[in-house]
Amino acid sequence: MNPFTYERAMASGQALRAGSANGVKFLAGGTNLVDLMKYGVEKPAALVDINHLDLARVTTGPDGTTRIGATVRNSDLADHAIIKTKYPLLSQALLSGASPQLRNMATTGGNLLQRTRCYYFNDVSFPACNKRAPGSGCSAIQGYNRIHAILGQTDKGSKSGETCIATHPSDMCVALAALGASVEVESLRGKRTIPFSEFHRLPGSTPWVETALRPGELILAVTLPPAKFSKNAYYLKVRDRNSYAFALISVAVGLEVINGEIASAGLALGGVALKPWRVAEAENSLRGKAPAQQGFRQAAEYLLHGAHGYEHNAFKIELAKQSVVRALTLASRGTSEGGEA
Amino acid sequence: MTNPALEQPDLNDFEQEEHELERHSLYSELNRRTFMQAAGAFSAAMVLGLPETAIAKDPSQAMVRSVTLAVNGSPRQLSLDSRTSLLDALREHLNLTGSKKGCDHGQCGACTVLVNGRRVNACLTLAFAAEGSEITTIEGLARTADPKEISELHPMQAAFLEYDGYQCGYCTPGQICSAVAAVEEQKRGALSIVSLHTGKMERPEMSDDEIRERMSGNICRCGAYPNIVAAVRTVARGESA
Repeated sequence: MNPFTYERAMASGQALRAGSANGVKFLAGGTNLVDLMKYGVEKPAALVDINHLDLARVTTGPDGTTRIGATVRNSDLADHAIIKTKYPLLSQALLSGASPQLRNMATTGGNLLQRTRCYYFNDVSFPACNKRAPGSGCSAIQGYNRIHAILGQTDKGSKSGETCIATHPSDMCVALAALGASVEVESLRGKRTIPFSEFHRLPGSTPWVETALRPGELILAVTLPPAKFSKNAYYLKVRDRNSYAFALISVAVGLEVINGEIASAGLALGGVALKPWRVAEAENSLRGKAPAQQGFRQAAEYLLHGAHGYEHNAFKIELAKQSVVRALTLASRGTSEGGEA
Repeated sequence: MTNPALEQPDLNDFEQEEHELERHSLYSELNRRTFMQAAGAFSAAMVLGLPETAIAKDPSQAMVRSVTLAVNGSPRQLSLDSRTSLLDALREHLNLTGSKKGCDHGQCGACTVLVNGRRVNACLTLAFAAEGSEITTIEGLARTADPKEISELHPMQAAFLEYDGYQCGYCTPGQICSAVAAVEEQKRGALSIVSLHTGKMERPEMSDDEIRERMSGNICRCGAYPNIVAAVRTVARGESA
């Protein structure tokens, strides 16, 4: 691990001032950051510990929105009365991820900033990784790419400085995408709000730019719009083990069903791209119809439009489509009726 | 003629995947798997070399300062490098070697300790960040430190003894700390994905499926799982071991 200084911030002004310097990282749960520092992937010059700031509250506003502070732990969030009853999709996604120990440490803001679990990004003995070493190429495109992207990736060959087929590993973020959340951030220049769909970046021509965060910006909170999917929500996670494994495919579904018709739908895919994958046509195609298999399959086709697989992950395209149909089916039966996936 | 009883289980799929990993030079993934498969800590140590403790390559650049950790009810003052994990602070500086270093990356759970009553991975916790928190290790669970005084053990320790919840014992301190917290979480009504999938959200019961899910952050490569589940089940149901 590289040497670094440690500063515990006791007030947000102190954190923002300290965080404005070059090479500084904010430390929250540390479950990903400290791990990557041990691998030599992250080499911050300084850590600013934000765990003692007043950012650990979950509150509901008069407009029906729910604001989740950046340092609310994954375990506390999943078990929070507001989240369990009004946003069960989020509880399901949180409890599908990691282990109890990690969920006790990991935070809401930190989860958004999780780095990819691409083997080649995490192992510095591979010189080629455009995320870790911009311009160096991509080891995964011709490597063991079973856990890699099928949507939104940049593929200009292994030598290109733009190629990246990594995926975002979070479960929580897939649910937040389906719920239409937004992210509140602050720096010395002030506060701003970023829609969730714009927070994470696809690789494009700059795979090393992963989020819309500007230098020195601290995530303060994630805000959820008024709840409308509490009765018909399902988070389906398909993985190699039944517990404590990253998703090959995950699907977050929220349906607002009124008089037997779908009034609105939130639908996002995980494990397929560098950000939770949402397609407006897929959600719109469900609207105004009774929940039925044919419509579910159509939504899945919209969602997977343009998907492209590689040597070891092409199976994920059909797996994703069938997972979407299954998640929509289970969600349409009702949140508490979903049963074992 | 081969005796079917002596044949290995069908490992074709597994071997094929290992071959793929090898073909693509994914040695880190292979090493991780080798560790996970290793029958015990010693064989793992031989394969990998024991994970290093955080020692500064150039101590002049490191940030060393005094830090006070509250461990098992006593304040302990230490001079530590900022890079020191809570696990290394406990093992290397306080000689509390009950907490174990398995993977050192938050994957195996052998380092599980309680911080303010919550189970966490001590390997991913920086010692500086743990200052001001109450830390409980396996050494602090029993009311007496004398291992011969079985009656004074924490009920979970007694249950692990009674049900043989271990073989080599390397993962056991982490398993026990994790299990103590798992039972407390269930008692206060904390949910797991099993509670959500079975619809038992009001008062999740400690069924064997719940125990397996809630203990999934602790790997036992000896495969003592059935006995670990039995031990946790006994304590969760308030039966004495």
